[in-house]
Amino acid sequence: MAPCAPYDEGVATSSPPVSERPKRVGRRVVLGMVAAGAAGIVFGARVQNVVGSALGSGLGGLLPGGDRFRIYTVTNSFPDIPDAAYRLKVDGLVDRPVTLTLDQLRAMPRTRLVKDFQCVTGWRVPNVHWEGVRLSDVLDLAGVQDSAQALAFDSYDGLDTESLTLDQARRPDVIVAYRMLGAPITSEHGGPVRLYVAPMYGYKSLKWLSAIRVVDRVEPGYWEQNGYAVDAWIGRSNGGTEQPVD
Amino acid sequence: MQDQSPGPVIGSRRILRFDRVERAAHWANAVLFGILMATALPLYFVQVDRFVGRRVLVENIHTWCGVALPIPLVISLAGPWGERLRRDVRRINLWTAAELRWLWSLGRRAIPEPDKFNPGQKLNALFTAGAIVVMLATGSILKWYRFFPLDWRTGATFVHDVLALGIFIVVFGHIAFALSHRDALRSMVRGWVTESWARRHASGWLKEELPDPTKDPSLPT
Repeated sequence: MAPCAPYDEGVATSSPPVSERPKRVGRRVVLGMVAAGAAGIVFGARVQNVVGSALGSGLGGLLPGGDRFRIYTVTNSFPDIPDAAYRLKVDGLVDRPVTLTLDQLRAMPRTRLVKDFQCVTGWRVPNVHWEGVRLSDVLDLAGVQDSAQALAFDSYDGLDTESLTLDQARRPDVIVAYRMLGAPITSEHGGPVRLYVAPMYGYKSLKWLSAIRVVDRVEPGYWEQNGYAVDAWIGRSNGGTEQPVD
Repeated sequence: MQDQSPGPVIGSRRILRFDRVERAAHWANAVLFGILMATALPLYFVQVDRFVGRRVLVENIHTWCGVALPIPLVISLAGPWGERLRRDVRRINLWTAAELRWLWSLGRRAIPEPDKFNPGQKLNALFTAGAIVVMLATGSILKWYRFFPLDWRTGATFVHDVLALGIFIVVFGHIAFALSHRDALRSMVRGWVTESWARRHASGWLKEELPDPTKDPSLPT
C-alpha cells in the first residue's frame, strides 16, 4: 500500500507491518486448482501416454484414468452366455448361412492385435491385447453375394446393433474377438465373443455379438440412431478433425 | 448479537456462527456432492453397476446434479441475504502469516488469535470451490465432447478421475472431522456455538463478534 512508509515493524501502529498483513492465499489456491485442471485437460492425454509407455501397460493402471475401461451397456444388464451355448449366426445375402460355435471360431486362423481402445467421450486404454478371427474370414465362410454392401450386427443383449460397410469389414484390423487382455473375454467386456473394430471409436466394437446379417445398405446401429457418426473413424468423426491415431 | 448481556453461566452464551443462508448453501451443496459421489460409484466400478443397474438413469442423475452444483452457492452469494456468507468467503481468502505457519507445521505452531476458521477448514472450503469449477468444466467436456478435440476429452477424463479420487478423500475427511467435533457440527446444523467454544477455538473472531472486550470481563486480555 505505502511502499515508502518508514520501517515500522514491531511498533504498535494502526496497521500491521507488511509481513503480517493477511495474504490472499485463498484466491491463489482456487486459481491454482483451476490452472492445474486446465493444464490437465490440454496435456493430460500426453502425460498419460508418456507415463503409460514409461511404466509399461501393466503399471499404467496405477494412474487414475489410465488403463481403465468404462463399462457401458445399452440395456443396463450383462448377458451371461455360457461358452457352450454361444452361437454366431451369419445370414442375409450369403451363399451358405452358417452358425458358428465358440470352438469353431477358435479353430479358425487366429489374429492377434495390440491396439488402443478409444472411447468417443475421451477415455483411452492403451495397448490392449486382442485375439480373434478376422471378420473377412467369417464372411468368406458364408460366401458374400455380389448385391451385398454392408453388414448389420446384433447383440445378445437384444437391443444394441451396429453396422459396417463391406469395405470397412474387410480390413485386417476388424476382428470377431474371443480373447482380450490376455484372457477369455468376460461378460462385462462383451464376452464370450464381441466385435473389435480397431480404427473406430469403441461403440463400433459391439459386445455379445450374436448375429451378422449381410445386407444391401448400411443400417445405422443403436448409437448411430442416438446421434453418433456411422463411419466412426477415430479422430476424424464425432466432432474430431485431427488425423487418425494410426 | 441479539443478546449481549452475560448469560446465567459464564461462557455459555450462544454466538451465531452460520446464519440460515450459509447453512442452506452448505447443505444444498452437500446433498449435491453426496448424489454425485453416490452415482459416480456405479459409473466407475462395474461390480457396483451390475448391482445397481439402470445405468442411463444413473448417468442422467449424475450429469444434471453436476450442472446444478454451482447453483446453491451462486444464489446464496448473489443477493443481499448473502452478506454473512460473503464476509466468510473474504475470511477464507485472507490468510495471516501465523495461519500459514500453522499449516506448514501441520498444526504444531499455534495461532495466537485464531480466526473463525482454522487453516484446515479454509483449505477444505477452497478445495471444494476449486473442485466444483474443475469438475464442472471437465464433466462438461465429457458430456458435450463433440465441441472439443479428442486429446482434450482424454485429458478431461484424466482430470475428472484424479480429482474424483481427491474429492472422496477430502469429503470423507471433512465428515470425519465433523463427527469428531460436535460443537462445530452443531453450528452447521443449528447455527450457533457457545462463547466458551469460540474463546477456545476462534478467539480472534470472538473479538470481532463482541467488539469491545474491555466491557466484557469474561474475555481474556
